[in-house]
Amino acid sequence: MHPLLAPKEGERRLLLGNEAIVRGALEAGVRVGAAYPGTPSSEIGNHLFALSQELSGLYFEFSVNEKVAMEVAAAAAASGLRSLTCMKHVGLNVAADPFLTLAYVGVKAGMVVVTADDPSCHSSQNEQDNRYYARLSGVPMLEPATPEEARAMTLYAFELSERLELPVILRTTTRVSHARGVVTCGKLADYTLFEKGRFEKDLKRWIPVPAVARERHRVLLEKAHEAEELAARSEWNRMVKRGPVGVVVSGVSVNYVLDAVKELGLEDELSLLLLGFTHPFPKSLAAEFLSGLERCLVVEELEPYLEEALKVVVAEKGLSVKILGKAEGYLPRYHEFHPGLVKEALARAFELDYRPPEFPDTSWIPELPPRPPTLCPGCPHRETYRVVKEVLRELGEEEKTIYPTDIGCYTLGLLPPLKMADYLLCMGSSVGSACGFSVATDQRIVAFIGDSTFFHAGIPPLINALYQGHRFTLVVLDNETTAMTGHQPVPSQELRPEPLKEKPVISITKFCEGLGIPTVEINPYKKKEAAEAIRPILSSGKLGVIVAKAPCVLYRAKFKG
Amino acid sequence: MAQGFRILAVGVGGQGILLFSRVLGEAALVEGYAVAMSEVHGMAQRGGVVESNIVLGEVRSPYISPGEADVLVALEPVEALRALFRCRKEATAIVSTDPVVPQMVKDGLATYPDLPPLLEKLRTVLPRTYLLSGEDLARKAGSAKALNVVLLGALAGSKVLPLSKEAFLEALRRVVKPAYLDLNLRAFDLGYQAVLSAQ
Repeated sequence: MHPLLAPKEGERRLLLGNEAIVRGALEAGVRVGAAYPGTPSSEIGNHLFALSQELSGLYFEFSVNEKVAMEVAAAAAASGLRSLTCMKHVGLNVAADPFLTLAYVGVKAGMVVVTADDPSCHSSQNEQDNRYYARLSGVPMLEPATPEEARAMTLYAFELSERLELPVILRTTTRVSHARGVVTCGKLADYTLFEKGRFEKDLKRWIPVPAVARERHRVLLEKAHEAEELAARSEWNRMVKRGPVGVVVSGVSVNYVLDAVKELGLEDELSLLLLGFTHPFPKSLAAEFLSGLERCLVVEELEPYLEEALKVVVAEKGLSVKILGKAEGYLPRYHEFHPGLVKEALARAFELDYRPPEFPDTSWIPELPPRPPTLCPGCPHRETYRVVKEVLRELGEEEKTIYPTDIGCYTLGLLPPLKMADYLLCMGSSVGSACGFSVATDQRIVAFIGDSTFFHAGIPPLINALYQGHRFTLVVLDNETTAMTGHQPVPSQELRPEPLKEKPVISITKFCEGLGIPTVEINPYKKKEAAEAIRPILSSGKLGVIVAKAPCVLYRAKFKG
Repeated sequence: MAQGFRILAVGVGGQGILLFSRVLGEAALVEGYAVAMSEVHGMAQRGGVVESNIVLGEVRSPYISPGEADVLVALEPVEALRALFRCRKEATAIVSTDPVVPQMVKDGLATYPDLPPLLEKLRTVLPRTYLLSGEDLARKAGSAKALNVVLLGALAGSKVLPLSKEAFLEALRRVVKPAYLDLNLRAFDLGYQAVLSAQ
C-alpha cells in the first residue's frame, strides 16, 4: 500500500510538504491529476502517479508540459471532476496561456493549481515570485507555512474553488514543499471506482470569443469581490492585536517570525497578522489590523507583494502607520530568508539592541574545494559531450562553436573540462536560440537538449528551424527518462515500468526523420562508431539532429534492483 | 537550547542525508517531540553539497541560521568545515573523517586540504567534537552505504539530544526497508559504541 494511504483519520505522520499536499488532495477526492515535473514540486506528481496505479478511482498523467497538464486538469474540472495540476514556478509561465483564460471560463468541480516557487534558485534558473500570477489572473491564492497547513489548505482549496467556480492557486516555496513536519491526517475519499464526469455544453461559458470573454471578465471581478470577503474572514488569516508595532507575514516566514517573537521576548507586545489566504488581498482585515499601529514590518520572501498591498490600504484609509519592508531596506528582495535575518529585521523594527549569534572561529579554515553538482559516474551525457567535442576538435571548430543548452542534468556540461554550455533561458530554448544564433552569427552552432525537454518545448522551434532554413546541429540526449527531477516517464523511453508498457514508444529519431531532417542515432558509449556517424552532420553545419540514445545509469539501476 | 534543538546534517549527494534526517525526525516523533525539517532536492543532489536542517521542540523554523546549530553532523570532513559557521560556539560536532573527493579535485581544478591538522584544530574550536571513520564502521556493519546510519548511531551515543536509544531503533524499524534493517541496526550500534568509547 502506498504510504500516503496508510494513515487513518486522526493519525499523525511526518510528511514532506509535497506529500501533505497529495494527502490533502486524496482527502478532497481529487479524481484527475496532470503535471510536468519540476523541483521543488516534483514529489507531488511522483506520488500521484504511483497512487494512480493503485487506486482505480484516480487518474494521473505526466503530461508533456505544464500547458498540456493545465488543459487536462481544466477540462476535467469543467466536466465535474476535481482536478489538480502542479508545477514549479517557471512551469506556470508555460501554462500561463491557458491559465489566464481559465480564470474567465472557470470550473465546475474544484481545481487546484500548485505552484512551487524556488527563492534562492536551489534548482531553478530564476526566482520569480508567482504570487503575481494570482494578481494577474484574478484567481484566489492560498499560501501554507508548514506541511500541516499544506494538507489542510489543499482540502480547503478544492472547496473554495468549487464555491467560486474558479481554479485556486496553492503557492508553496522550497522551504514548504521540502519541509518535513508532523501532519494530522484526515479522512480519505473513496477511490474504489473511477466515475466519469459529464461536460455540459454552454457556448456563453466555455468559448471565450470576444463577446463571451468581455462578460466573463465582469463575472471574474464579481467573484474576486466575493473571494476578498472570504479572505477577510478566513481562518487562514489570523490577527492578534497587542502593541503599536505589528508584523504582517505569510508563507514559510510565519515560522521565522513566531520563533523570533519568542526569542526576542515580544510575545506580549507585538501585533501579528498571519496571512495564508493572500489573494484577493483582504483589505478590510488589513485596515482593521493597521489602524492604531505606529509601525508595521512586512515579512515576505522575494517581491514586496504584501508590502505594496498594505501601502495601498494605508493610502486609501488615510492611516498614519509606517510600513517597513523592502523599500525601507528592512529585508532583501532577493533569495530566501533565514530565521536570523527575520529576527534582525524584527529587532530593528522594535528598535531593540540585537546582535546576531556568534559562531566559532573559522579564520583558520583554508579555501575549501568547491563541490558543484556533477554528471554522475558513467553518465551517458558525458560520453556524448566527449564524442561531439572530439569531432569538432578534428574539424578545428571546438572553441569557435556556440553551444546553446537546455534544462536538465546535462546543463552540467557547462563545467570544465567539458565546457559545452554557452546559452540558456528556459525549457526548449536550446533550439529556439540556435535559430537566432544561426541568423545573427557566422559561428557554428551545436545545441543540446534532453528527451523530456525535447517533447516539452523542443518540437515547435525545430519545425521553425526547418521551415526558416536555420543551420545548426541539435543533439538530443535521450536517456529515456526525466532524470533530474526523479526519473519520470517520457514518450521515447523503451525501458519503462510495467504499467506503461501498453503505451506507444514515440521515437525522437523517427520523428525528426519524418520531418525530413538529416538525423543519426548513436550509442554514445560506442565512441568510434558514434564519431563516424556524427561527423557528416557536424561538418555540414546544416540543420541536422543527432539522437544519443542510452538510458540514465541511475534509472537503469532501478530496473536491475 | 532550552527552547529547542537545532541539528544541521551535511554531506555529499548520494551519502544518504535524507534517510538520516527522516529517521532522526521519526525518532523525535516517537519521543513525542515537535519536529520540523527541510531538505534540498533536485539538482543539488548530483554529487553536490547536501544539507538537512532538523529542529526539535520549541522551534518552528525548519532552517538554521549562522551561529544557531546546536549539533552538526557531517558525513564528510570538508563539509563539516564548510558548515562550521552555522554552529553555535558551544555546539557538538559529529564528523566522519573519510573524505569524498570532489570531481573538481580529481580533474585537477581544486585541491583537497590536508585533513589531520584541520580536524585537530576543529577539536580545539569545538571541544565537543567526535571524529570517527564512518566508512570503516559502515563496512564493518556490512556496507559502506550505511555510513549515514553509523553517524545516526554516533549522534544517539553522544546523548546530546533528549532522544533515547530505543526511540532511534524504533524509528529505524519504521523507516528502513525490512531487507536492510539488520545491516542498519549493526551500523547504528557501531556508531553508538564508537562515541561511547570516545567519551
